[in-house]
Amino acid sequence: MKRIALRALVILPLTVIAAVMVTSPAAAQIAVRGETVYTMVGDPIANGVVIINERKIVAVGSADDIEIPEGYRVLEAKVVTPGLIDAHSVVGLGGIDNQDQDQEQLEASNPVQPGMRAIDAYNAKDPLVEWVRTLGITTVHTGHAPGELVSGQTMIVKTYGNTVEDAVISSAYGVACTLSSDAQKAGTQSPGTRGKMLAMLRQQLIEAREYLAKLEAAGEDEAKKPARDLRLETLGQVLQGELKLIVTADRAQDIASALRLREEFGFPLVLDSAAEAYTMTDEIKAAGVPVIVHPSMYRAVGDRGNMSFETAAKLKEAGIPIALQSGYESYVPKTRVALYEAAITAANGLSFEEALATITIDAAMLLGINDRVGSIESDKDADLALYDGDPFEYTTHCVGVIINGQVVSEEVR
Amino acid sequence: MLLSKTGLACLLTAAIGLGCCVAAYTNAADSSPTDSSATASPAADGLRQEKVTAFVGAHIIPIDGEPIDGGVLLISGGKIVDVGPADAVQIPDGAETVDVSGKVIMPGLVDTHSHIGGIGAADGSHPIQPGVRVMDSINVRDSGFKRALAGGLTTLNIMPGSGHLSSGQTVYVKLRFDEQPASILDIAIRREDGGIAGGLKMANGTNPQREPPYPGTRGKAAYLVREQFIKAREYQQKLADAGDDESKKPPRDLNLETLVEVMQGKRVVHHHTHRHDDIMTVLRLAEEFNFRVVLQHVSEGWKVADEIANASAPCSVIVIDSPGGKLEARDMRYETCSVLEQAGVRVAIHTDDWITDSRLFFRSAGLAVRGGMTREGALDALTLAGAEMLDLSDSIGSLTPGKDADFIILSGDPLSVYTHVEQTWVEGTKAFDRSDPADRLYATGGYGATHDQQPYFCCFGHQ
Repeated sequence: MKRIALRALVILPLTVIAAVMVTSPAAAQIAVRGETVYTMVGDPIANGVVIINERKIVAVGSADDIEIPEGYRVLEAKVVTPGLIDAHSVVGLGGIDNQDQDQEQLEASNPVQPGMRAIDAYNAKDPLVEWVRTLGITTVHTGHAPGELVSGQTMIVKTYGNTVEDAVISSAYGVACTLSSDAQKAGTQSPGTRGKMLAMLRQQLIEAREYLAKLEAAGEDEAKKPARDLRLETLGQVLQGELKLIVTADRAQDIASALRLREEFGFPLVLDSAAEAYTMTDEIKAAGVPVIVHPSMYRAVGDRGNMSFETAAKLKEAGIPIALQSGYESYVPKTRVALYEAAITAANGLSFEEALATITIDAAMLLGINDRVGSIESDKDADLALYDGDPFEYTTHCVGVIINGQVVSEEVR
Repeated sequence: MLLSKTGLACLLTAAIGLGCCVAAYTNAADSSPTDSSATASPAADGLRQEKVTAFVGAHIIPIDGEPIDGGVLLISGGKIVDVGPADAVQIPDGAETVDVSGKVIMPGLVDTHSHIGGIGAADGSHPIQPGVRVMDSINVRDSGFKRALAGGLTTLNIMPGSGHLSSGQTVYVKLRFDEQPASILDIAIRREDGGIAGGLKMANGTNPQREPPYPGTRGKAAYLVREQFIKAREYQQKLADAGDDESKKPPRDLNLETLVEVMQGKRVVHHHTHRHDDIMTVLRLAEEFNFRVVLQHVSEGWKVADEIANASAPCSVIVIDSPGGKLEARDMRYETCSVLEQAGVRVAIHTDDWITDSRLFFRSAGLAVRGGMTREGALDALTLAGAEMLDLSDSIGSLTPGKDADFIILSGDPLSVYTHVEQTWVEGTKAFDRSDPADRLYATGGYGATHDQQPYFCCFGHQ
């Protein structure tokens, strides 16, 4: 403990200096020229130009058709893509040091805590947020991690901003639920078995349903309303379709349990990780449920022993909506990078553009934020990533990142 | 199947013989015993009767020379016979010719730091246990070996973990998996004296820190290590004083015996170390006790690159997607390999499997190039540099006549994400073939790909 305290003292002044040194990025009349511009709507544009005014994209097209207005700052790159979207992460909660004081992604005092908000746990200045940003990730769906039956809420943020309020796109996207060995407790604690997990979850959802019924019965009469209960309120939002239930499940039997639960309660389900989903494509397709596929390079251990580099391709082929994610890591690397995980799918069955879609437009659609991000189109947020080659190649560098019309990174990484 | 096992044993004998021959040739200036080349001669004669296979048309990256377009690789008896441009290599009559046009051939990859095989060497009883051998814990049926082959790896240094100051002896293995090995002895590499080849794993920094008898601080860690080496030095002196008089020799002590081997330079120390100050501590101890060391991981090596270069300490580096995950890895950089390379340090890259996946070993080299390392340096770091760090560069690490026929056939540029390892050959035998669905399962993952045990039909009426 003594050692940790001392180290915190040493780090603190450095952090302050770093914060002062962050220059306020120049907004916002920018033209980006790319030898290839992947808009993700229609064919890629050779020798393309993207015009940015303030926070938005105002024009995109061939350099032959678009004139760059005078006074605009011009950036150039071999490849330009939409700012990348990590469809499920814990950055900002699972801090870089992996010490108790920076691990906010999982609270283990109770296996069911849907009332916890992600915005109350997010550190916009964690170095891993900056790390993924400098590689082209501009939007992340992050929040409470898999690992407890119901671990808390998730949200969607841009990877730039002084505070969570600056960064947030959606302060509550879903509730994180785990149906796997990771949520299993030892000894006399619950849930100790898969059967108990489902029993507990059903009990919770039934209580939430009754809570909603009481609210409805009370109508405008405040006196008749039940006392506010953050847990039931949140689960009620799930039942009303306002929040997704994001179920992390890898084994086929756990995926089946998630689908069965959805059938009973009718909530909007998003399957997460889903290592054995390739054995369940008919069932998932029939349910119309999207899948945020585990990081391609997750370690094949435990419930994920049967995972495959080709899962994304197999689900895509089956017509199931997918997106890629960086997932949750308890050790090294503390965060994966969605760009890298998608690259592996491009080498294992998905085409280049299909793979790129899993971290741009398809991710945006799955997360319901495609009105703002995910493609390069007029009126969308000016979020772009610039590369000096094929973004999926190991040896390519990210050379520039723009978020909300601001150049937030010009590092070569 | 049993026959081919015998065949493999014959080849193995030839390999050991030729290994001596090559060693004697390479160390011509040394006073190598002349009888080693004499014993190699019959083996060399035997090779002339072996089948010869010519791989023609590939872009060949020999590592110890310039890449060759449309080259020829000639192998026989598990050895490389010749490699060069089509017009310079004579393909003997009767040789089998394999057209590998459009492919890339390079040496099998050498992983200087792997944990495949369910490793379990030192237990929790003491922080320093050099007498414990990791080879006594390895499950050769672990599916990790198949994944390693799918990644193009042919030689591994399998290490015990980093939770001890010394967690035991490592073992160098060759992935002779054309059929299922029965024991570690089938894959362990032999030293010239017949012993099992391997180093000694040591570690400093936070991983070995726990409750006593483990160290609680860095100062205590170095103290405990020095104390053991001083004991070993005394043990060594007693042995020397006893001479041939068995009655005067101290009782055998496996821990001290191993540390003596280390101080004699017979066993290399593979030292886990991340932080700049921990790296310097390793160099200080190596100088005090005169041991040969390979710095392993070296996350902050970029901060002390000149000091590492001055100490002539080779580095085996881990390349990780993101910094952090532990305090010592906070300053991890893609640039580490590049900075060390520019300082003149010999650099290898390792998987640390399961920290990174052996199937994606090339990816680590690609990220090192992203961080500024030369492409040549990065490919060398996956092959010859590692072979040197394991004292095996006489027999592996490059496509050089006389070396083991360990090579891989790739679909394209080794450092491209889109490239797949199509075949992995170990000592002239194909051990992985992506076109075989059973092998492909290990390459891509999928149902059953991580099941450790192969079906074993001996006792159930199957042939």
